[in-house]
This record gives sequence, C-alpha cells and structure tokens, in this order.
Amino acid sequence: MTAFAQMSGAQMATVAALQSVEVAYGRGPALGPFSLRLELGEIVALVGPSGCGKSTALRLLAGLEAPTRGEVLRTAGPGETSVVFQAPTLMPWATGLDNVALPLELAGVPRPQARERAAAALAWVKLKGAEDAKPAQLSGGMAMRASLARALVTGPRLLLLDEPFAALDEITRRDLAADIHRLWAAAKPAIVFVTHNVEEAVFMASRVLVMTPGPGRLQAEMRVDAPLPRPQGFRVSSLFREAVEQVSAALAEGMTA
Amino acid sequence: MRRALDLSAPIVFVALLLSVWEIAVQALHTPPYLLPAPSAVAAAFEQNRAILIDSALTTLVMALWALAIASIAACAIALTVALSPLAERSVRPIAVALQVTPIVAIAPLVNIWAGLDHPQRAVIGLAAVVAFFPIFSGAVTGLKAADPDLERLFDLYGATRLQRLRRLRLPAAVPFLLEGHKVAAGLAVIGAVVAEFVSGSGGSQGLAWRLLEAANRLQTAKMFAALLILGLMGVAAHAAFQALETWALKEWRGR
Repeated sequence: MTAFAQMSGAQMATVAALQSVEVAYGRGPALGPFSLRLELGEIVALVGPSGCGKSTALRLLAGLEAPTRGEVLRTAGPGETSVVFQAPTLMPWATGLDNVALPLELAGVPRPQARERAAAALAWVKLKGAEDAKPAQLSGGMAMRASLARALVTGPRLLLLDEPFAALDEITRRDLAADIHRLWAAAKPAIVFVTHNVEEAVFMASRVLVMTPGPGRLQAEMRVDAPLPRPQGFRVSSLFREAVEQVSAALAEGMTA
Repeated sequence: MRRALDLSAPIVFVALLLSVWEIAVQALHTPPYLLPAPSAVAAAFEQNRAILIDSALTTLVMALWALAIASIAACAIALTVALSPLAERSVRPIAVALQVTPIVAIAPLVNIWAGLDHPQRAVIGLAAVVAFFPIFSGAVTGLKAADPDLERLFDLYGATRLQRLRRLRLPAAVPFLLEGHKVAAGLAVIGAVVAEFVSGSGGSQGLAWRLLEAANRLQTAKMFAALLILGLMGVAAHAAFQALETWALKEWRGR
C-alpha cells in the first residue's frame, strides 16, 4: 500500500528542515520555494529531473551553502553531518585508511584512535584489506564503499547522499543499497538520498519527494509503507511496482505542468 | 621483434646521417673550419675531453644552483599567493613581466648587481629567473587544483586553513610541482648557457665559454664537440627528471 503523505502522529526529533528556501545563482533561480522537514531515523529520497536543484537542496541541508531566501534549520552539530558525493571523492594521494580517518583527524581525534576507528569503518563496509590501497587501486564500487566508510566513521545523525550510485553497475549498486540500509538499521540516522532514478528512490526511502524541473518545487510527496531494510523480493512486489508507477506519474505531471 | 625494431630505428638513422655527412665532407673537400667531418669532431672531443667535461660540469652545477634557488623562491611566493587572492593579484603581473622579458635584455643589469668579479653569480641569477616561472605557475595552479567536492568535505568537517593547506592543497599540488620542476630543469640548463654567453668573461668557464673560445679561434670541430656534450647533458637532465617525475607520480597515486 502506498498512500500520499500523511505525517505520522508520533512526535519525532527534527534533524534538519528547509523552510520555504529559495536559491538563485548568477544564471537565475535554481531552487524553490521548497520546504522539507527531516526527522531522525527516516530515509527521504529527492527525485527530480536533472537541474531541478536536488543537489542544491542537499548542500543547504549540509550547511555548505546559504539560501537566497528562506531558512535552514539544522540540529546536527559539527561533525554530525556526512555527505557522500556522486564520485567517491577520495584523496588520490592517501591510502584507504587515511582517507577514512580524515574526518576524525580534522576534528582533532588523536591519530592512533582515528586510524583504529577508520579500520573498523572499512571492515564494516566489507573493505578489510584495502587499508593500504590508494584510490587508484580500488574498483569503482570499492572506492564508493570507502567513501561511505568515511561518511559513517563520525557516527553521523544526518547522512546526505548525492546520487551515490550514478557511476556504478547494477550489481554493485544493489550491494551498496543494502549496505546503506544496514548502516541505517544499525545507527538510525536521518538519510537524504538524491537520485533521478525512480526505482532506486522507492527502494531506498521511506518517503519520496518528487520535484518539478528547475527551479525545483515540491510536486508530490509519498510514503513507501514497507519495512526497512527491504524484504527479499521487494523489487517484484506489487507494492513496489505501484509506488514506482505513482512516482513516475507525479514526475511526468511535473514535467508537463 | 617489434620492440627491437623500435629501439634500433633511431640508432640506425643517426648512423646513416653520420655516414652521409662523413662521405660528403671527404668527397667535397669541405674546409674543416666550415664543416668538419664527424671523425674530426670525434678527434677534437678526444683531444679536449678533460676540459670539455670539466666545463660541462661547471654549467651543470650552475644550472642546478639556479634550479634550487628558483624552486625555493617560486614555492615560497606561490604559497603566499595561495593564501591571499590579493597577493596573487599583486604578484601576477610582475611574474608575467619577468617571464616575457628576454633574459639577454636583463643580463647586463644582473652583471652589475652580481659584481663584475662574480660572473658565476650573474649566470646563476639569470638562469634562476628563467627557471622561476614554470615552477611558480605550476605551484599556483596546483594549489588551486584540489577537487571542489573535497574542498566541500573539508568545509563540512570544519577544517582550519592550516589543515586545508597541509592535508589537501599541498598534496593536490604535487603533480603540478613535479611537472613544473621538470620543465624548469631543462630551462635552467638553457638559461645557464645563454646567460654565460652574455655574462661570461672567462671568470665562469662553462660550456658556453668553450664555444665562444673555439669560435673565436675557428676551431669548428671543437665547437661541434662542445655542442655534442651540451646536447647529451640536456638529454640526460631531461631523462633524469622525467624518471623522477614518473617515479614520484607512481608513489603519489599508488599506481
């Protein structure tokens, strides 16, 4: 069963919120007005066509950019927000372990402890043995895993994923999706997942926000009422197919509107 | 087989050129002050070997000093510039003006500053001016070459300016610095020879001085010998720095 959004009655902790934010760059408006409230422990997918401002919304949530108008609310403290970009974005000169230890070392964690925690994070994403490998020696999927390990090493309350699967093959993609759900189940952070792939959005998220072409506004919002992590065979269930149809319809409606 | 052919092709070609040259000179009875035969060049090289090699080393040492000075100056200024956009705007025009000014034009000035008793200092100074720009340019570009998403990551984790410089900008600049130094090494040798032509007065007895000396005495074969060793030195310097760059890049990115 998929239903149009009905916020659950239970009061949850807000991790971040965008309140009627608008962003304009030199070339014109890029986003908004757009609002989003993010509760602890939920996975929200932002779906929209290229150039609708999904990534901009993500940067606002990360505090990396300020809106032109509107307000951004963030309760995650420094070091409690992590971002995974489209590309692995690892430092090519540093080993896997040094790359993953970076956020801790920047925050002043002593080197031995930082490396110990980084090694644990690498093991957690099944990259044991890649400690001494430089990024060029890793495959695309392994590099993305290392990037995920770096994001989770600080134990974030807010995890922002900017099309993290865009450059991966289908099998690696599914592996990594499972990893992200496993991470979510272990620590229950709030996750925002940006994508232009409808099936991926429905598979990953408990709530899907469909955006209009740029400057992006909210076109539709829907819940995916299935347990997380997804049960076996979820991709062939009628619930999944129906949700995908609904999101696709909303996307198409936004494109023609 | 293919590889052997690739390797032997240039050797065979050079041997062929030398044979044609030798036969032509012998057959046409060309006067040796105009064009000596390769055999005459070889003889001149053999005769003057000690002094030529000594001069080549003098030139090489001056070039290396120039490279070291240029490297320190260029890196220091680039680092200052990287920390302040205003400093970059101030320095850039001077650096460009220095680069486009022909070295021979400023040589007399540097001669006066170095003192007429110290021609080596003038040569080193002039070669350093020539070697400065590629290193400076590479360092400035390299210090800004870090992946913008990595820069965002450093923003996200609240990195200090020093952390950002030490852990992101400097390592990201390494390939650009290597390339800059490789180009600068070649230019330093050329700069040292050119500077010696202009400033040399017998006080700095490098290869350029040997060339001038031999030219004044119409010892054309000796000039060819000096040119030969100059060419070999240039090739060796280039190969050495190329190998250093390849090795360092491999270390840097692990492959």
